[in-house]
Formats: sequence, structure tokens, C-alpha cells
Amino acid sequence: MRRFSWFNATALTLGFAFLYLPMLVLIFYSFNKSKLVTVWAGFSTQWYGELFRNEAFLDAAINTLKVAVISSTIATVLGTMAAYVLIRSGRFAGRTLFSGMIYAPLVMPEVITGLSLLLLFIGIGLDRGILTIVLAHTTFAMCYVSVVVSSRLMTFDRSLEEAALDLGCSAFEAFRLVTLPIIAPAVISGWLLAFTLSLDDLVIASFTAGPSATTLPIKIFSAVRLGVSPEINALSTIMISVVAVGVISASLISKRAAVQQKRDEQAADRAAG
Amino acid sequence: MAQNGNKQVFSPWTDPSAKPLIQFKNVTKKFGEFVAIDDLSIDIFEREFFALLGPSGCGKTTLMRMLAGFETPTTGTILLSGQDISPIPPNKRAVNMMFQSYALFPHLSIWDNIAFGLRREGGSKDAIAARVEDMLRLTRLTKFARRKPHQISGGQRQRVALARSLAKAPKLLLLDEPLGALDKKLRQDTQFELMDIQEKTGTTFVIVTHDQEEAMTVASRVAVMDEGRMIQVDTPDRIYEAPNSVYVADFIGEVNIIQGSASQSGDTVDITFAEGQPTIRGTTDKKFANGEKIAFAIRPEKVSISAEKPDDMENALQGKILDIAYLGNISTYHVELPNGQIIKSQIANTRRISRRIFTWEDTVWVSFTDTAGILLKV
Ligand SMILES: Nc1ncnc2c1ncn2[C@@H]1O[C@H](COP(=O)(O)OP(=O)(O)OP(=O)(O)O)[C@@H](O)[C@H]1O
Ligand SMILES: [Mg+2]
Repeated sequence: MRRFSWFNATALTLGFAFLYLPMLVLIFYSFNKSKLVTVWAGFSTQWYGELFRNEAFLDAAINTLKVAVISSTIATVLGTMAAYVLIRSGRFAGRTLFSGMIYAPLVMPEVITGLSLLLLFIGIGLDRGILTIVLAHTTFAMCYVSVVVSSRLMTFDRSLEEAALDLGCSAFEAFRLVTLPIIAPAVISGWLLAFTLSLDDLVIASFTAGPSATTLPIKIFSAVRLGVSPEINALSTIMISVVAVGVISASLISKRAAVQQKRDEQAADRAAG
Repeated sequence: MAQNGNKQVFSPWTDPSAKPLIQFKNVTKKFGEFVAIDDLSIDIFEREFFALLGPSGCGKTTLMRMLAGFETPTTGTILLSGQDISPIPPNKRAVNMMFQSYALFPHLSIWDNIAFGLRREGGSKDAIAARVEDMLRLTRLTKFARRKPHQISGGQRQRVALARSLAKAPKLLLLDEPLGALDKKLRQDTQFELMDIQEKTGTTFVIVTHDQEEAMTVASRVAVMDEGRMIQVDTPDRIYEAPNSVYVADFIGEVNIIQGSASQSGDTVDITFAEGQPTIRGTTDKKFANGEKIAFAIRPEKVSISAEKPDDMENALQGKILDIAYLGNISTYHVELPNGQIIKSQIANTRRISRRIFTWEDTVWVSFTDTAGILLKV
């Protein structure tokens, strides 16, 4: 194995410090006994208890999860379809316009997206609540998904689909049995991207949320304006843990798949030998 | 019709009443301005083993893709069993294609790749499994069945692609360079398997190959293409012995081309090709104008070499041995004539190499009969 030079070691330490020091501080203080956030007064989990008794926070958390799951799922379906059409249909009238329009929300300031959605919902008389947030998040997450998926599709070997057609698949079967399984990692990361975007979106959600439903980022933001409470630290720690568990299990799953594949291969070799 | 022992020679193309399986009628395919297939018409008959030969980029794959349904002709029609196939989508055609790039499904095991087409057809699990096992055995892939395509070698991948296209036993099989990555032994075995399959199932094969020997071995007819056109479509022996142009003669096998001007009397033609050299005499049933530029094409194995001028040959030219290429069973002698023209002569190595009669710089006679070569317009 190559030895670390001191330069590599320093770079690594600094990089990780930048990334994780703020979070570590936050986690550390979430176990603080004192109500004053920056004064350490001993270990305690009382703020977690408080948090679970705070119905407003719990409601907001549930809303956020609901919105994130639903909107990222719809956005993944729509975004994948849009990407597929854009890459596969070749040249058609207005293709450039269409693809430009799909990517426009990427560069649009969120405030403008939020405002225009708000105007739309008022215009068509839709009451603001969970539904409007879901619609809004689907709209802006969809273009991220389609960017991720279309960059995968661009390197996708077209002849695989042709081979599927040649072997008797309909166009839809070819997509379902060949294209989709192969681009699945891109679709999944598109979904994860949409999910996290929805999870931490503040601007668009504040335009489209109504009094009946609010999301966690809105709740946290308004709470922080009255001063940071240890409760917020506890909440953030929980969110970090959820994300960490998600990331770790995702990588474990893919590692397991790789190991399984290796085992299959060895089994094949043994059968041969 | 010609008889060959008791066996009737298979040659439906000579029978005017035979119905072709595939008909290309004035098919042109353009990619933008580029003409990939140029006003091409051919008939391919049922049970044929039709080989496409031609330099890279001449349109072989394009031709196949039109048959499989991935490209539509810009103009002209393609008929399959007398029916225009242009409105039929690829998945509804009784045609399977083996892709030049193999196009194996990377997420499926070898087994599932081969079973893919069978599963689309329906059919019982046992029947599919039996068929897949057959194909695996045929292509000697049984021990790799559980692997993914990226875990096997290039030649093994090629065999998977072949097995996958064979599995459905279609009426028409399109093989785009099916054996290129295989070693000679395995290639020959697979060629025989293909011919065997064809004999048993009556499948029609259209096969692209860069290997002339392969085309000669397996094909009922060979088509030589160039820049989107068919130059000659004929049986392997006719392609070799009676090429219709310098292009075909040069493309198939080795050949000596001597260019000169013709003077014809009856069916013999004398060719003046260089000052101070005797004329070359050939026979033909074609008509050449006096003084017309023509080419005399002769295969190296029909040219003999001797120390003395032979008196039983119509043509004999003196030259100097420039180079000897030793190929094991045969040697090719490159003999330079006084005018700089090089004549290749192939001689079977019936003696050990140390006992070779001629060597570099020797002055020798190259000779051939008047019927050994062929006269072509240039
Ligand atoms: N989709 C396409 N767009 C533009 N040009 C194409 C396309 N497909 C093929 N061509 C061109 O058409 C010509 C014929 O291509 P084709 O693939 O049929 O060649 P080939 O005879 O199969 O060659 P090889 O022996 O190298 O496989 C080539 O010059 C190629 O560049
Ligand atoms: Mg090709």
C-alpha cells in the first residue's frame, strides 16, 4: 500500500474538518443540559424528550417526509420519461425548445419559481396545503432527475434496445426489461436527489405551504428567528442520523450485490472445474 | 439442372420459377447526404447461406439493419416472402440478428441473455431451459452460464451473441461477423455447426464476414460489395475463378493483375503489356476492341516457376526472384519482370525448406496456360 504523505494527510484532515466539524458541534450541543446553546452544562437527552412532545414539530416532520416521498417519486417518473423522450426521439420540431424548457427551472431563482407557482395555485383556486407543496416540489425536482437520467441515457448503447426489439420485445417491454434495469442506478440517484432537495427546500415551500400544512424547514427557520434552542439541535441531529443511516445502508446494499455477484462467479467456476 | 452424384445441387437462383425469400428492389439508403446503399437489387432464396463481403464501411451492416427493421430504405422496397416489410416493426419480423457489437444485456447472466427471446415467445419453463442448455452446449458456454457478460472473454461474448440469435430458430438469421473473434479451430467448428443447423432447420442465413475463407467454406453464394453497391453476386467458385471485375478479383484472394492493350482474334486475345516483353495470350468469350486497355488477372497458384523455359505453356516470362514468403504449406515467390512488374507464384512446399530449388536473385521462368487467367475490362 502507498504511504500517506504529510500533504495528503493534511488535505484530508482539512477537507473532512470543513465538511463535518459544524455537524459534530451541532450533535455535541444537542446533548447539552443547559438551555443556553453555547454553554456546556453536562450530558442530557432531555431535548430529545421535549422534541417528541412538541406536536407542531412532529406534524411538520411528518408533512416533510410525506411531501418528499411523494414528490420525489412523481418527479422521478416524469423526469425519467422526459429524459427518455428527449434522448431517444431523435430530431423533432421544437426539440431544442423542449429540452431548454425542461432545464430552465434549474437556473431559475427559487424565489421566482415559488412565486410563479403561488400565483398559479391562487389563479386556479387550489387551497394551499400538502398538495400544493407536492406539486411545487415535483415541478422543480423533475428537471434535476431528468438531467441525471439523460446524462446516463446519452452513453446508453442503443443497440441493446434494438437487440431487445429484435428478440420480440415491444417498445415498452424493451424499456422495462432492458433500459430501465441498466439505468436504474441513475434513476435511483435521481430519486435520492429529488428527495433531499424536497427535504431541505425552504423557499419554494414557504410560497406554496398554507396555514394547514407546514414543513420542517419552515418550522425550523421560524423557530430559529426567535433564537436557537437546543431542541432544534436535537431535531437536526435526528435528521443527520436518518440521512447517515440511509447513505450507509445504500452503500451496504450495493456492496452486498457485488459480493453476491462474486460468489455466483466462483460457483460457476467450481461447476466448471 | 446440374447433377452432383445423387445430390441435386442447390441453386434456386438459376431457376426462374423459384420464389426468393428476400428481395431488395432498387433500395437506396441515405444518411443525410451520404449514400450508404446505392440502388441495390438482390434476391436471396430460402435455405441460402448468403455471405456479404466487402471493405469496411461499404454498407453491409446497413443492409442487415434494414432487413431486421432498424433502418428504413430511403427509396425502394424490401420484400420478405413477397410481402413489403417496411410497415412491420422489428419485433414482429421472423428475423433475428446477431449484432456486430454483440449487444449483450449487461444486467443479465449468459443464461438469461440466451433465454431472453424465448421468454418473450412464451412457452414452458422446461422447454426454454432445454433450449438454452442446447445453445450453451453448442457454443461451449455451459460453464459460464451464470456469469454476466463483463465476466467473460471477447470470444465468449461473441458466442453468447451467436447463441442468443440462434435460440429462437428464426426463418431468417442475420449474422454480422459472427466468428471474427474466435480462434481458427473454434471458428471452423462453429462454421460446421452453422451449416449443420442450416441443413437441419432450413434457416436462411445472411452472414457478414471479413474472412474470405469462411465465405468460401459456408456460403451458397457470395456477394461482393463496394460503396453501397453489389459488384458481383455469385457462387464461391465463380467469384474466385470468374470475377467480373478487377475489383472483385483483387478483393477475393491473391491475384496478379497485368494491364495492357488487347488484340483479339476469335476467342484468343494477345495482350501487349510492356516493351521488350512477349505478349500474354488469354482466352475469353467477351469482345474487346483492338488496342483496348484490359487487365489480365491470374491467381498465383496457377503460375508455375521453372529454371528452364517450359515448352508446353502458352505464356512464359523471364524474371528474377525478389522475395520468397514462406507460409508453411505453401511458399509465395515474388518474381520481378524486367519492366518492373511483379508476378506472384504460389508453390506447394512438398520438400523440406532446406531442399528448396530456387532462392533469392535466381533468374527463373514464370509460366501459365492461356486458360489459367481471366480477361477483364478496366
Ligand atoms: N446512423 C448513421 N448515420 C450516418 N452514417 C452512417 C450511419 N450508419 C452507417 N453510416 C455510414 O454508412 C456506411 C456503411 O456503414 P455500415 O455500418 O453498413 O458499414 P459496414 O459495411 O458494416 O462496415 P464494417 O465492415 O466496418 O462493419 C459507413 O460509411 C457509415 O459511416
Ligand atoms: Mg458492419
